[in-house]
Amino acid sequence: MTITIQLNGRPVTAEVSPDTLLLDFVRAHGCASVKCGCETAGCGLCTVFLDDVPVLSCSVLAARADGHSVTTLEGLQDEAAEFVGFIADQGADQCGFCNPGFVMNTIALLRDNPDPTDEEIRSYLAGNLCRCSGYEGQLRGIRSFLNSRKEGAQ
Amino acid sequence: MSGKSYRVVGHSLRKKDAMSLLLGKPVYLDDVAPKGALVVKLLRSPHPHALIETIDTTNALKVPGVAAVYTYKDVPKTRFAIAGQTYPEPSPYDRLILDRHLRFAGDPVAIIAAETDAAAARAMKLIKVTYKILPAVLDPHTAKDNPVLVHPEEDWFPPCNVGGDNRRNLVASEVGGDGDVEAVLADCDIVLDRTYHTPACNQAMMETFRTYTALDGYGRLRVLSSTQIVFHARRILSRALGIPKSRIRVEKPRIGGGFGAKQTAVCEVYPAFVTLMTGRPAKLIYTREESQIAGSPRHEMEVHLRLGANRDGHIRALDVFTLSNTGAYGEHGPTTVGLSGHKSIPLYTGGLEAFRFGFDVVYTNLQPAGAYRGYGATQGIFAVESAVNELAETLGMDPTAIREQNMVREGMRMPAYYGEPNNACALDRCMARCKELFDWEHRYPVRDMGDGRVRAAGVAMAMQGSCISNVDVGSATIKLNEDGGYNLLIGAADMGTGCDTILAQMAAECMDCPVEDVAVFGADTDASPYDSGSYASSTTYVTGKAVELACAQLKQKLCALAAQKLGVAESGVEFTPSGVVCPADGRVLTLSDLAYAAQCGSQTALEATVSHSSPVSPPPFMVGMAEVEVDTLTGEVRVLDYKAVVDCGQPINPALARTQAEGGIVQGIGMALMENVTYDRHGKPVERSFLQYRLPTRLDMGHLQVEFEQSNEPTGPFGAKSIGEIVINTPSPAIAHAIYRATGVWHRSLPITPEKIAMGKQ
Amino acid sequence: MLQFQNYVRAQSLEQAYTLNQNRRARVLGGMLWLRTEGGTAGTAIDLSALGLDTIERTGEGWAIGAMVSLRTLERHPELNAMTGGAFAKALAPIVGVQFRNLATVGGSVWGRFGFSDVLTLLLALDAEVELYHAGRIPLAQFAELAPDRDILVRVLVPDAPVKLDYQAARIARTDLPLLTCAAALPQDAPPRLIIGARPMRAMPVADAQGILSAGLTPEAIRAFADYAAGAVPTGTNSRGSAEYRTHLVKVLTTRALGGLIQ
Repeated sequence: MTITIQLNGRPVTAEVSPDTLLLDFVRAHGCASVKCGCETAGCGLCTVFLDDVPVLSCSVLAARADGHSVTTLEGLQDEAAEFVGFIADQGADQCGFCNPGFVMNTIALLRDNPDPTDEEIRSYLAGNLCRCSGYEGQLRGIRSFLNSRKEGAQ
Repeated sequence: MSGKSYRVVGHSLRKKDAMSLLLGKPVYLDDVAPKGALVVKLLRSPHPHALIETIDTTNALKVPGVAAVYTYKDVPKTRFAIAGQTYPEPSPYDRLILDRHLRFAGDPVAIIAAETDAAAARAMKLIKVTYKILPAVLDPHTAKDNPVLVHPEEDWFPPCNVGGDNRRNLVASEVGGDGDVEAVLADCDIVLDRTYHTPACNQAMMETFRTYTALDGYGRLRVLSSTQIVFHARRILSRALGIPKSRIRVEKPRIGGGFGAKQTAVCEVYPAFVTLMTGRPAKLIYTREESQIAGSPRHEMEVHLRLGANRDGHIRALDVFTLSNTGAYGEHGPTTVGLSGHKSIPLYTGGLEAFRFGFDVVYTNLQPAGAYRGYGATQGIFAVESAVNELAETLGMDPTAIREQNMVREGMRMPAYYGEPNNACALDRCMARCKELFDWEHRYPVRDMGDGRVRAAGVAMAMQGSCISNVDVGSATIKLNEDGGYNLLIGAADMGTGCDTILAQMAAECMDCPVEDVAVFGADTDASPYDSGSYASSTTYVTGKAVELACAQLKQKLCALAAQKLGVAESGVEFTPSGVVCPADGRVLTLSDLAYAAQCGSQTALEATVSHSSPVSPPPFMVGMAEVEVDTLTGEVRVLDYKAVVDCGQPINPALARTQAEGGIVQGIGMALMENVTYDRHGKPVERSFLQYRLPTRLDMGHLQVEFEQSNEPTGPFGAKSIGEIVINTPSPAIAHAIYRATGVWHRSLPITPEKIAMGKQ
Repeated sequence: MLQFQNYVRAQSLEQAYTLNQNRRARVLGGMLWLRTEGGTAGTAIDLSALGLDTIERTGEGWAIGAMVSLRTLERHPELNAMTGGAFAKALAPIVGVQFRNLATVGGSVWGRFGFSDVLTLLLALDAEVELYHAGRIPLAQFAELAPDRDILVRVLVPDAPVKLDYQAARIARTDLPLLTCAAALPQDAPPRLIIGARPMRAMPVADAQGILSAGLTPEAIRAFADYAAGAVPTGTNSRGSAEYRTHLVKVLTTRALGGLIQ
């Protein structure tokens, strides 16, 4: 079947199988940032935005996204660049394999809640597993980004 | 002791690859492997122990798009080991690429190569196999001298004698010690006789095992793999495939985590075999399920110990025996077990009069174990630290005081650690600082929060090594470029740890340049100098020292070349950041001048390669303290706070060292409370996915705080020791201790699940 | 993963229902647990274009469309206000935000999963389901039925100014529950208690002996918790044993009923 998805702002029309996953679709269309970590919808590595809502692309049929917009980290480089340096400053990027999903969901969090508490950050990102960092450095990084943004606003 | 102050070393610089990783650039194996490779899949045994009676691939081969299906009949008959260790390995050569004899539920039965995933999956279903099911050895306690043999084959071959005997299901066995343990124990006021059990745990790195293989323009086998051990992988492939090492090149891209899992060549041989047979590129990506059931998890160990002490808290004797379950193949079995004693007993060198340490490593028909961060030390430390906590509670002593009384200190010789001297040790300061940071005095007492909820605290110490002494080799090549920048070539593997960056920091410190001027390359067997690989906590300590030495050599070469060009004696010039100067007359040759000079009519290569190995393995030390809230009614545990103070010598990059520590602590929390590898009564693995194998989320780890107490290791680069492994060792005993404080029950078997707590089961 | 031969974005419930009469068809919810199944299905029927993703006020309460995400439900102000935040409390531990953005109320209820927090909570609210063919039936009855070829359209939650308390025990904070428990205090009826993740599907615990008829005193609650532990069948799976779950029935029942009188 033929589908058209607005992928990072550009229409992409392609022939897919009825059971092609959005994860495989975006990877095949130049969005290698999207990773697969668990195959059981539990790790958050494959997070993309479907009509601006963060979802697990491993659990969405490409066909279901037909006519919708899909955003991956490739399409959010500028918005991501604003804060990922703060994660890098903590050394919390580590192996990096979970980073794109984590960065995507953090962008979603900050769009939804620009000034979250630590507890709100932890809850929102609970579905993003990371085996390297122990999470604390990611939290410190987000916190220092928010602090620097507040200072910048003053 | 405060360390020296450096310009680059000791600073928290960003990882060189940080922005690429955080912005999702395509740098991992499946991102960079060329398209069009054959998809490789493995049909796996459903039975823990069986012989293939018949196997028919006719229908599978008829599936459109299937290129090949291989069985045991097609593969070389030379046995090999896939553990990434220095030759000659202690690991027995007990594997074939495919064997007619299947030794665990998950052992490969056939290799399928197809144009598409779907074709390979379809072909897999059409392979007809009849199995002769054999009785299986599923309990490590009854494995030794069991009439059922996991490896009855005549060509089982141990390259080293480690006390193994395949006719007894025994991979390795040893007893050693110092002093008369029985006599000292008999003289002690109190002897605790305890058995502790730690199950297998999966590394669960986010990127599963994966390898791409192709033939290059010279007909050589090019292997791109997510591996910590490029050189060992080349040697393993050479033996398994029966082709010369010069025909194989192994490279690693960025690695999505390893934690030791990728110190074993878990999946490399399968696509490599396909490429050799078909001449075509091939790619194998393990599913999460395959990584869970046929990976290389931590060894299940049962540690039986007797601890002898006096009433005043003086710990006088430790008698430790470890039974280690290596599963279906030997691999890291002979080596991991040693750490369960050698990296736990020496913590109490302080007053120890005698010790004994013995072990058996047995084969079973379960998933083969491998290398996981901590590598046996984790299991041994859970036992010894728990026993010391039990002693303290029995004697009514503060468990930090009993440690202060008995701990190993700087300057001591450690009989239980190969007699090595403890040259740099801040363990005492780690304890003092951690108590302060944690507010031990106020948080150690148990607090009732109402409705069955109780808060309590626990403590543990840990040590590890910084390499395998006299074995591990780290090398570095440093080259000067025409613009005055450097290339640093290494064979160590950055798997997210940041070793590319910290080695560049050392080079920048030595060459007195910004770290941006050092480009790091690694690892590729064709281009990198030999390195045993990134494991055994060795990269900072061993490869780092090689970097330091290589830089010194290059500086000497630069000075020699400059002296020659300036027509003065070598003693008449000095290396400076801006170039080599002749102080006598102020003349300078910039690095750029020298690099260009070496490219024109020159016989000097402005590069230096140094290999380094260490006769000692200086232990890093650590103290961890946990505060938990136990819901004594449901048995749920919440870790509220974890404080740790680490002595890793000089931290080369404190931010990266801290993240190593925090990551290790959270893995340790997982091990303590939720991670487990179990089998049903038929020997089939239960935790096949992350639905059953729970990893701690960011809601499960409370608040972490890590600090460093510096020591200065004279044999390490810039005084550094190691950080990567020790960090996983304190949570299990500290949390078990806190749970005892809250509930009055010692849990001597991990993980400590809510059910065990609520029902008072040990 | 489950493979499909066709995909149809249904344009009407009638079309979805007709397509679903083929035994090999599958209605898509959030696709989350469906994905972990193997095998091949015929047509994947997608209800996402039918406007079933809204929560609407009705004369008697709330109509929750089958395609409403768990995340929307979790954050619904009025439903949370009505239940003392029980929707947020019960749903927030389910895997993660991205998962709950996909997971649907319809998928959760249709699956009648043993581990379902959603089912436990909705049973405590005395919800009904609206099926395209069979019409409205009580959720308690629906939960007992084996899946058939009907289409779940909405879940109907009555306006019940109840006091509600939700409890669950877990090994890890976002793991599937060891046991779930919801207690509700309706305006003019005796308290309702639901136990789920036994690990079998959620069930009501009827007060057959009238233990609570004299009111929710601490003594009555203790007695009822003992009674519930005896009355609720539990089972063993990799997360916990039947014996432990029976213990949890007692603990969580005590806490949930206790929560009603605080």
